[in-house]
Amino acid sequence: MMDLFNILVTESFWAASLRIASPLIFGVLGALICERAGVLNLGIEGIFVVGAMCGWMAVWLGAGLWGGVLVAALAGGLFGLLHAFLTVPLGLSQHVSGLGITLFATSVSYFTYRTALPNVSSPPRIEPFQPMDVPILSDLPFLGPVLFQQTALTWLALLMVALVWYVMDRTALGVALKAVGDNPDSVDAQGLSVYALRIWAIVAGSAMMALGGAFLTMSAFDAFFFGMVNGRGWVCIALVIFASWRPGKALLGALLFGAFDALQVRLQTEMGALVPGQVFLMAPYILSIVALVIAARSADYPRALLTPWFKGQR
Amino acid sequence: MKISMLRRTFLAAMVASFGVMSAGVAAAEKLKVAAIYTLPVEQQWISRIHKALNTAAERGDIEYSFSESVANTDYERVMREYAEQGMQLIVGEVFALERAARKVAKDYPETAFLMGSSFGPVAPNFSVFDNWIHEPSYLTGMVAGAATESNLIGMVGGYAIPEVNRLMHAFMDGARAVNPEVKFLVNFIDSWYDPPKAKESAFAMMDAGADVMYAERFGVSDAAVERGIKAIGNVIDTSGDYPGTIMASAIWHMEATVDKAVSQVAAGTFEAADYGQYSFMAYGGGSLVMDESLVDAETVAAVKAKETEILDGLFRVNVNDQRPVSDN
Repeated sequence: MMDLFNILVTESFWAASLRIASPLIFGVLGALICERAGVLNLGIEGIFVVGAMCGWMAVWLGAGLWGGVLVAALAGGLFGLLHAFLTVPLGLSQHVSGLGITLFATSVSYFTYRTALPNVSSPPRIEPFQPMDVPILSDLPFLGPVLFQQTALTWLALLMVALVWYVMDRTALGVALKAVGDNPDSVDAQGLSVYALRIWAIVAGSAMMALGGAFLTMSAFDAFFFGMVNGRGWVCIALVIFASWRPGKALLGALLFGAFDALQVRLQTEMGALVPGQVFLMAPYILSIVALVIAARSADYPRALLTPWFKGQR
Repeated sequence: MKISMLRRTFLAAMVASFGVMSAGVAAAEKLKVAAIYTLPVEQQWISRIHKALNTAAERGDIEYSFSESVANTDYERVMREYAEQGMQLIVGEVFALERAARKVAKDYPETAFLMGSSFGPVAPNFSVFDNWIHEPSYLTGMVAGAATESNLIGMVGGYAIPEVNRLMHAFMDGARAVNPEVKFLVNFIDSWYDPPKAKESAFAMMDAGADVMYAERFGVSDAAVERGIKAIGNVIDTSGDYPGTIMASAIWHMEATVDKAVSQVAAGTFEAADYGQYSFMAYGGGSLVMDESLVDAETVAAVKAKETEILDGLFRVNVNDQRPVSDN
């Protein structure tokens, strides 16, 4: 018990939690935007892979780090557009289309990687985003290491939380977006295009998801590997329900998962002799499920989620 | 009607061309070797097999084809397909389908199988190998044990399977041999391929005081570079990627194993055997690389003396397949 307390008060633990949470923050926000507009996007896992591959490869080809971020977002948006086309004007099953996007996006990424680099023994490395060193702020006790020695992409993730919150809660666009996920007929009655709103929301959300993948290859690590996304996208789908589709709670959920993961690593190291390591490895997922069960009871689903809408049909 | 006719003609042409192609292959004298991998060829362990087979192909000994990222559930089918195609030697890894793979081998007695496995060979045609580089691992342990000042070494592994555990234990034995005070932190990420996770595990160990890292997975050395501490490599030589960080590495050379099997198959004398020994240092299957600028002279001398002892058969590194755990 004392050990647990000691872990929880260290700044490195919280720094690790935020680091682990960063890709998830992008992912949850992306899923949140799509679902707020009424469309589930199970393409997230594949879009993570696309973002990880494209961002890294763009940097490797000389696009620069921010160029890589942009390329990742565009590539993610492109797959989002495909999902949007299938689910919005065509009104196909969002589950099937989403899973198809995941399979397709993953395979295309692997194919592109292998075609570009057929004979490598280990993937080429890039110079990734480095932890920031902000004068004064980085030297603050506790807050310095936790907040101000992160990479620029972690900050971008936090900035996006604020941005999504602002757009959702403070702008007419946000009102329209939420309405299109709750009651598309009312949006249509206002003379706005349900199709356009939904399509753009999915494109924007998918671009955001791709940034989560890009974080893995451009900040958390410096190269792309097959399978390195390792289920992080799926975690976001659960977290968005935990978050009740609110950006603030999305941040909280991602941080909570990050903290569980950072904790399991430390507990496994300390107590691996007493308890099988797998128990710790599954802990973050079990705790997410528990949190989900508690949060989902009162979850306020976008009412038109999973319901296709066709113009002129009531 | 027209379309179906066209399609039939096309199919016939396809079949014919395949026939011509396979006839062309049969005409060549080279040994036909196929490899089946469950992960991409970039993966450390697999990259060594891939390299050895490519070397043999470049020499002109074999004709090499391979399938990577084959799911374990699909592995048996791919084995059968290659066997049906008339491959003479099939190389791969059957850690997750030991029983099924042996069944396939039984169905194709004319085909030689050389498989990475935790278990033994089966007559007449199923041979096994593995990365038995516990000897150089022991030597790298000596380097790490002498280098640590906090007497705490961090180890991040993929899965706790015999071939991983064995090398970790040899490393730990080597470290204890030169430094009785040394303690270990051990962690598994249960993935072969999640560098960010391996990196986080490494950071956690460094936070706990580890000042030398055993890098079984990609990501660990990156964490070591970021914190400015030293690391020990495994299976492949990554010292070029992390200059000034990798003190020593235990390297696996699959060439000895592959060349032996290829020559046996070519001579028609292939038998079910355990090829594990061809990864030993004496056969050139395992070796130590050491960055002598990062290791103190006394340790270098001690390690080299021990290396000679191993090569001369005067020292045997203990084999322990149990899952290693942290010292508390």
